[in-house]
Formats: sequence, C-alpha cells, structure tokens
Amino acid sequence: MARRVPTSTRIGFTILAWAIALLLFSPILWTILTAFKTEAEAIAAPPTFLPETFTLENFGAVQDRSDYIKHATNSIIVSFGSTLLGLVIAIPAAWSMAFAPTKRTKDILMWMLSTKMMPAVGVLIPIYLIFRDLRLLDTLHGLTLIMTLINLPIIIWMLYTYFKEIPVDILEAARMDGAELWNEITHVLVPMAIPGIASTLLLNVILAWNEAFWTITLTSGRAGTLTAFISSFSSPQGLFLAKLSAASLLAIAPILLLGWFSQKQLVRGLTFGAVK
Amino acid sequence: MGSISLSHVNKSFGDVQVIPDISLEINDGEFVVFVGPSGCGKSTLLRLIAGLEDTTSGHIRLDGQDVTDAPPARRGLAMVFQSYALYPHMSVRDNIAFPLKMAKTPQAEIDRKVDYAARTLNLASYLDRKPRALSGGQRQRVAIGRAIVREPKAFLFDEPLSNLDAALRVNMRLEITELHQQLKTTMIYVTHDQVEAMTMADRIVVLNAGNVEQFGSPLDLYRKPANRFVAGFIGSPRMNFIDGAEAGKHDAHSIGVRPEHIRLSTSEGAWQGVVNVSEQLGSDTFLHVQTDFGLLTVRTDGDQTFTHGDKVWLTPDPNRIYKFDAAGQAI
Repeated sequence: MARRVPTSTRIGFTILAWAIALLLFSPILWTILTAFKTEAEAIAAPPTFLPETFTLENFGAVQDRSDYIKHATNSIIVSFGSTLLGLVIAIPAAWSMAFAPTKRTKDILMWMLSTKMMPAVGVLIPIYLIFRDLRLLDTLHGLTLIMTLINLPIIIWMLYTYFKEIPVDILEAARMDGAELWNEITHVLVPMAIPGIASTLLLNVILAWNEAFWTITLTSGRAGTLTAFISSFSSPQGLFLAKLSAASLLAIAPILLLGWFSQKQLVRGLTFGAVK
Repeated sequence: MGSISLSHVNKSFGDVQVIPDISLEINDGEFVVFVGPSGCGKSTLLRLIAGLEDTTSGHIRLDGQDVTDAPPARRGLAMVFQSYALYPHMSVRDNIAFPLKMAKTPQAEIDRKVDYAARTLNLASYLDRKPRALSGGQRQRVAIGRAIVREPKAFLFDEPLSNLDAALRVNMRLEITELHQQLKTTMIYVTHDQVEAMTMADRIVVLNAGNVEQFGSPLDLYRKPANRFVAGFIGSPRMNFIDGAEAGKHDAHSIGVRPEHIRLSTSEGAWQGVVNVSEQLGSDTFLHVQTDFGLLTVRTDGDQTFTHGDKVWLTPDPNRIYKFDAAGQAI
C-alpha cells in the first residue's frame, strides 16, 4: 500500500525539488541565454537576464574561428569509438567474471575500480611521455585508446552487474545445445543483456564526450574534441564570454539531446536488477 | 547409442567433497533415475555427466569414449532444466531450432525437425510465441522439444517437473515415460520425489551424501532395500522403524515394517496402540498409531472410520519384516 503523505508535506517537497533542480540547471540556462547576447551585454553590470539584442553572431564567429564541425566530428569518433572498443573488450571480460569467477575475481573488480579513484593528473607525465614516444599525441586513435582505457573499468563493472542478473541455467542450456563460447555470447548472452549494454553504451558515450582533462592535454589542433574547442574560447580577458557560451552550447547540445531522448533507457539500465 | 560409464568419479568444491567416489554403468536405452534427499549430490552427478562441472578425478565414458575433459557442447547430450532455461528472446520455433542451428543443420531439415517435434509435443500452434507467453507445462514441452530435435545420445533431466502443479506433474510424468518408450534413448532423470523415481525408472540410483546407497530396479529397492536409508526413502508412506527390545526379538539392531504390511484389528494382535491421527484419502486410510515403541503408520482400506483415541491392535506380516544391523545394513 502506498504510504500516506500529507498534502502540505507534498507541496513543500515539490517546491524544494524544483528549487534544487533550477539551481542545478541555472548555469546551463545562463550559458544558453548568454550565447544569444552581444559580447558587451554579456559582461554588462548589472547583468541582463534575457538578451536585449538577440543575436546569432556568436555562433557564426565560433565556427569561423575554430571549426565547430571538425571538433564535433572528432568528439563523435572518440566517444563512440572508445565506447564500442570498450564493449568489445568488456563483454568477454564481464562474461568471465560473472559466469566463471575465480577466487581473485572480486579483487580484480575492486582493483579496476580503484584506478578510477586515482586523480588523472597522477599519471599525466608517464602517459604523456608514452604518447609522445609512440607518436600518439594529437591523434584520434590515440585519444580513442586513452578514452577506452579510462572508461573500461566502468564498462566492465556495469556489464558485470547486468550479466549477474542473467540466469546461468540459460547459458548452460546453450552449452548443452552445442553452442561454443562465441555462439553462447553472441546468440544468447548479448541479446538478453541488450538493455544493460545499451545503457552502458549511452553512459560511456556521455562520459567520453564530456571528458576534458585528457582531450585538452593530449590534443591540440587536429584531434581536438568539443571540450578542447570550448577551452579554446576561455580567455583571461573575459571579452569572449558570449562566444564561450555559444561554443559551450554547441558542444553540449548533441549530448544533451541524446541524454534527453534516452533517459528512459538510461534510468532503466542504471536501476536494472534493483527490482526484479 | 548411449551407454554411460562412470568410474571412480570424484567431485570436490574447494575443500568440500560432494561426491567421494562413484562408479556406475548405465546401459544404452535405459531410463535411470537419480533419487535422494536435497544436497545428496544427485544434481552435481548429473552436471558432471553433462560436462557443466569439471570432474575432480575419475573418468566418464560415453559409448566407451572418454569424455571426462570434453566440454558439454561436444558430448552430444541434451539436458532439460528445472527452470526450463528457454531463451527468452527467441520464439518457440527458434528455441527448438537452436541446437540444430549450432550444429549447422541445413534450414530445410531444421524446419522439418522443428515441425515434427512441435507436432509430437502439441506445440504446433505456439511456434511463433515467446516463452513468456506460455504456461509452465508448455514451457517444459518446449524444453523437451529443444532436447529431442538434435537426437542426442542421452537425455539428462534435472528435476524437470518440480515447478509444475501436481496434476500437470502426473501428466508430464506419463509423457516423458511415453517419450522414452518411443525414442528408446538413454535417459537420466534427477528427482527428489520417490514416486517419480518408482514410476518412471528402469533402474534407480539412490544417493545419500554423495554415495550410491543402492542401484537397482524399483521393485528390487522396494522389496530388498540394501540398508535402512533406502528402506526409509523408497515407499510412501515411509517404512516404520522400531529399535530396542522389540528389534532384539528378531535378532536385529532395528527392524522395519512398511505401513502396507501391518494388519489392523480391534481385538487382537502383536502390538497394542492408540490411534493418534487418521488421514482418509478415500482409496486408503493412513492411521498414525501411538504404540509402546513410538508412532507407527498403518495403511488400511478407505472404509475404516477410526478416530483419535481408538484402541487398535497391529500385527506385522512376519515375511515382510526388514532387519538391520547397528550400521544400518540389511541383514
């Protein structure tokens, strides 16, 4: 039975929830509004809320100055490429951890997670030097590779959790039916884990899309993604605030839309198994 | 062909020895039931034969060929699981066709075999449904269909009926027995239900704590149980056991009498007792009688109208008293 909540409490919490949501959304809203202002209005004091003179100038300027299309293409290649590559590695890895665990499996899982607890800057110098020596600096495949490695622990963990929910009987039935390992994974495991795999893919595309530390340090002109694109507009003079906003808006718009349209899938995937 | 031979098979999970040492010979075409209480190792033994678990030591041979280290896919056996284990994302047709696809059977032959299996198992009108749109009995039929299409050397059943309701269970029991008569393929069937074991098996393996207590035909086990465990496990209601002085009169540590081998009288007999509970089934009545050596179960005809507190006399059939020594072995 549903718990009875007094109407006043419900109204109170609704207002609180909206207030928090607006507070969290306000920087994004401010960015959107600023993107359509002139540079002068963007730094005006006191600031205006809605643009007084609505302009699309900033977007044109941004494209002219540093080629939005190229950066966006790079972002797509790196985020989808690293996620797909990650899935190819992670699906067999998660299979073995979920269905053929050893005494060390838990330790390996924890160890993988622990790499995410280390600040990225801790390995900046070794990775930078390796990239330099292997001539991977400012290349798309180099960036895809590092992004795969960074997100692999999360991909494996997520898939491991989903795979654990799949009854092992069904995989054993496939083995009895004559399926070799490859067929067991492609014909039975993957189709059954599609919701989990889809949300893993989405989350990791978003993570890779928004990743800034490595993209900014390991790329310059050629392989730069949208995060590098944004950062190129942050100038200490503060005279490009409107252009920076326009650039940011262009950079986050695709992933925001992707997230918006797939939020059902994401929530379903992230809470998969929480309630049977 | 499908003879299965186990020699000195041992299985341990870490330090826990589940099956110490089992040797068995199962003949081609035989219906063998592994029966025993839960945790006796019967499912593990089946999974060792299937190849789903690795054998710690010993050898498993199929038609004389050593398959101890062969993966399940290469053993040519089919298995029906307790949970049915159907592929939820595939239609009934694709479920049944899956083993044939794995064997790279030509499509025309797949269609022919799937249609034949579906007709045999009354599944023809469900072929395009997903498993979740089927009832428990239908799911079980699909699982059996998936097993029979590939014409395996032997079928392995792991408690296939325990998720079904009682009426359906009796039906499926008959269907599986008929299937065996029709296919004449070796079947190994695991159950904890001694009624299933008695009614279906050519031979029964009674397992207890990972050891074979007895291997024989159902009536052999009923008439000549090798020990007290088998005597108590086979037969329903279970055998009455009497220890102490009364057993001493028969030169045994303990004696056993089946409920159906005790004669009941209101006037005279060997043992006196008082009716505790009377269970009337219509065809039979089971009386639970309190005597000097404990509660004894007596099976009598359905017309008896004894109730709680009635005084009765019990006389065991002298030819059907089972004697056991201190170790529980039959004398």
